Amino acid sequence: MSFIFYVLTALTVAGALAAVLLKNTVHCALALSVAFTGMALLFLNLDAQFAGFAQFMVYVGAVAILVVFAILLTKGSETPTGGVFSRTWLMGLVIAAGVFAVLGWAVMGSMKALPQLTAVPQVTVLQIGNALVGRYVLPLEIVAVLLTAAMIGAVIVALHERSEVAKEGQK
Amino acid sequence: MTPLACYLLVAALMFSIGLAGALTRRNAILVLIGIELMLNAANLNLIAFWRYGPHPEKLTGMIFAIFSIAVAAAEAAVGLGLVIQIHRHAHTTDIDAMDRMKG
Amino acid sequence: MQETISFTPLVAASPITEILWLIPIAPILASGVAALLKQGKRKVSATLAIGSMSFALLLSLIAFAHVAAGWMHGQAVRETVNFTWIQVGAAHVDLGWVLDPLSSVMLVMVSFVGLLIFIYSTGYMKDDENYTRFFCFLSLFAGAMLGVVISNSILLLFMCWELVGLTSYLLIGFWYQKPSAAAAAKKAFLTTRVGDVFFLLGMVWLFSQTGTLLFYNSGAGSMEAGALTGLLAQPAAWGLTAAGAIGLLIFAGAAGKSGQFPLHVWLPDAMEGPTPVSALIHAATMVAAGVYLIARVYPLMAAGMPSGGTTVALTVVTWVGAFTAVFAALIAVAQNDIKRILAYSTVSQLGYMMAGLGMGGVAVGMFHLITHAFFKALLFLGAGSVIHGCHGEQDIRKMGGLKSDMVVTFITYSIGMLALCGFPLAFSGFWSKDGILEAAQHWSVAKAPFYMLVFGALLTAFYMTRQVAYVFFGVWRGGKPAHESPKSMTAPLAILAFFAMALGLIGTPAWPWFHAFLDGRVASFNLMSFTESGLPGLMFSSTVVVLCGLWLSWKIYGDRSPRPTEPDALEKASPMVWGWLRDRLYVDELYGATVIAFYSWWARVADWLDRRVWGGAVAGVAESFALWARLNRFLDTNVVDGGFDTGCSGLSGSGGLLARVQTGRVQTYLRILALGVVALVMILIWSSRP
Repeated sequence: MSFIFYVLTALTVAGALAAVLLKNTVHCALALSVAFTGMALLFLNLDAQFAGFAQFMVYVGAVAILVVFAILLTKGSETPTGGVFSRTWLMGLVIAAGVFAVLGWAVMGSMKALPQLTAVPQVTVLQIGNALVGRYVLPLEIVAVLLTAAMIGAVIVALHERSEVAKEGQK
Repeated sequence: MTPLACYLLVAALMFSIGLAGALTRRNAILVLIGIELMLNAANLNLIAFWRYGPHPEKLTGMIFAIFSIAVAAAEAAVGLGLVIQIHRHAHTTDIDAMDRMKG
Repeated sequence: MQETISFTPLVAASPITEILWLIPIAPILASGVAALLKQGKRKVSATLAIGSMSFALLLSLIAFAHVAAGWMHGQAVRETVNFTWIQVGAAHVDLGWVLDPLSSVMLVMVSFVGLLIFIYSTGYMKDDENYTRFFCFLSLFAGAMLGVVISNSILLLFMCWELVGLTSYLLIGFWYQKPSAAAAAKKAFLTTRVGDVFFLLGMVWLFSQTGTLLFYNSGAGSMEAGALTGLLAQPAAWGLTAAGAIGLLIFAGAAGKSGQFPLHVWLPDAMEGPTPVSALIHAATMVAAGVYLIARVYPLMAAGMPSGGTTVALTVVTWVGAFTAVFAALIAVAQNDIKRILAYSTVSQLGYMMAGLGMGGVAVGMFHLITHAFFKALLFLGAGSVIHGCHGEQDIRKMGGLKSDMVVTFITYSIGMLALCGFPLAFSGFWSKDGILEAAQHWSVAKAPFYMLVFGALLTAFYMTRQVAYVFFGVWRGGKPAHESPKSMTAPLAILAFFAMALGLIGTPAWPWFHAFLDGRVASFNLMSFTESGLPGLMFSSTVVVLCGLWLSWKIYGDRSPRPTEPDALEKASPMVWGWLRDRLYVDELYGATVIAFYSWWARVADWLDRRVWGGAVAGVAESFALWARLNRFLDTNVVDGGFDTGCSGLSGSGGLLARVQTGRVQTYLRILALGVVALVMILIWSSRP
């Protein structure tokens, strides 16, 4: 593998590790952004330009910001008193390690069956657009509905928030 | 070690790290962060297979990944909104304390 | 009661025989009616009793006249009326009654003496508050006794026999508030019961052997030739034939009722009853029932008698009778109660009757029975009169000099006493006793009974003179002066006294009407019969004996009248022997030490068994049930409930355990999810391996 791959991988993995290990929640969110960026670059390395840019815009531009918002709204910036890891963190770590072991083993065991390098595909945005409304129009519509529902749900949650604020104000 | 295998391993590693975070951290938001990492790992998997698959011209993997990103974004929004709502009720985001569904 | 009534029509069943059953039924009905009367209705109950008895007497006289008429025409009358009471398959239980010389004579005697005693009782029991009950029982007794007399079926005889025993118990214990009376009644009942058991055995054996309960049944009866030969042919134990064994068993029953040794112990104690009861039951009738029974079954007792010899049964009867005669006479010498002397005298005379039956046959024994009934009833009624006159005193040592205060009683009593002693010629007792002595003299087996009976006659004269001397002669030693009894009491005395003298005339050897009547022979008046061999000598020697006894006793006792505190003259002579005699030769004590003691021991054993063994078993069963109940409760509480509770708690506990899985914490769920994924993937990989 090429050198750039290792660099990008290191970046992403470092970001991910930082995201789960840091004590300050805001630092975790920021590290998450780094991980997302790394992911986007990995996508670019895989000649999936549209996916990479979409990843960058959505995740780093929206999700990460959303996470920061949530952290700030829930006063997560303060350091918690009881410790950041749960009491049974070892068990969780073991399970995660087990999952990695299984996945790794699956990958290593199927190395012979994996396909080899092929030519770089030429993917244009036009092709993607055509595919979206052509072949994949159904998933597109469903995702649209899903996004609408999510938006409406968020609004409803926000409404409740407002009544909650009013109640809290009266107390 | 084929390139595909490397990517897959990276994806697996990411997935495990995300899982470890979701399983061990106390803060609910960090659980969501872990979930995002897992989703990302899955996306990487998809893109990797698309790239090194037999028919990359079919765009299947790419479209799949795009849809996955969209859904993940929606889910993150809803999830974080819920966490905020829980915080308003319980004044904490410690999921160890959220065991009202205890059996 | 009667399922099939089949009258066996006898050629000569006359009208009087057909209605013969009325004779016992009338008094029984009177008794039944009297039982329902209130205690106040004295006249009614007395009238019922006396009326029914008169009716019975009338019918008995008619029956007797019928039989006598038949006899005078040379016919041996024996009419029976039989009927079947119960029929079970081939076996049938027959009852019936018979009219023959034996039963007719007995009927007249029982009803006549009974009537006189009933009349006497109206005076004697005048002051008693249970007057009505007394006459009720008396009538019942009379009816039962008459039933015994006419019965042709041994079963009917036994039933009436038991009824007689029952009424005797009721009458002896008439004054039941007195413990001694109640005990005497019980003793009488139990002692006669012992005899009755043997009687029942004999009866059952007789029935099983001969197949019939009837005595006379036109040739098929048990006293008739066919059955008797069958019984003779059948051997029993100890060298006896069935006839002899049955005869002995029946004699055991008669011995109980007639107070022979060793079952005599109840008779003296039976004097606890009122004097009319003693007169009727224990002098004239009930005790005579035993003798009558032997007379009735005489063909059985005498079956197979070789000419000039005798059977085993009759020998036993004779010996027992002779022994009893002497035994009782000895005890009578030393008694001081007026009625007790007479009671032992009765036992002794019954012994004479039995001996007479054994040695001389039916006529000899029955003659003495008839004469004895009259003069003993007379003596008892006279004693009752004396007791009444002495205001209830019964101890002869507290009486004396009554010959001037109670003249009628004295005269009649003396007549009776002389008859009993056998004073020659003018008194019936002489003739009847002589008949027995004559039979004894000619007895082929042994001469000892003769000497015993002669000695008994001596003793009889002795103790009767002693009694009369104490009671009627000498000075009055009692409290208040005595007075004569009312006419209702003295009239029967006079009548009986007449018969005590006159009856002898029908049984003299010169004109043995009685014997001929019973045996069905012709009787001719023949003065020359007095010159038959041995007869004058016998008459002379018996006269001498009687006079000796009278003189000896008079010499010792005479007008002396010793006080109650002084010892008797004979007692002074030989206190030890006197003591034995006065204490009744310790037979009661012997019984007390052996039989009674055994029974009380047995009663204690039975009580122990009942309380410990059976009671223990019952308690054990109850305890086992309680144990079972406790076990059940234990099982129920611990096993069933406990099991259930444990199961439920286990369930809820395991539920609790399982519920711990639901921690409510999302991370736990996530972990389990992840584990599940791992497991699934591994399964997938493994299964897809080539």
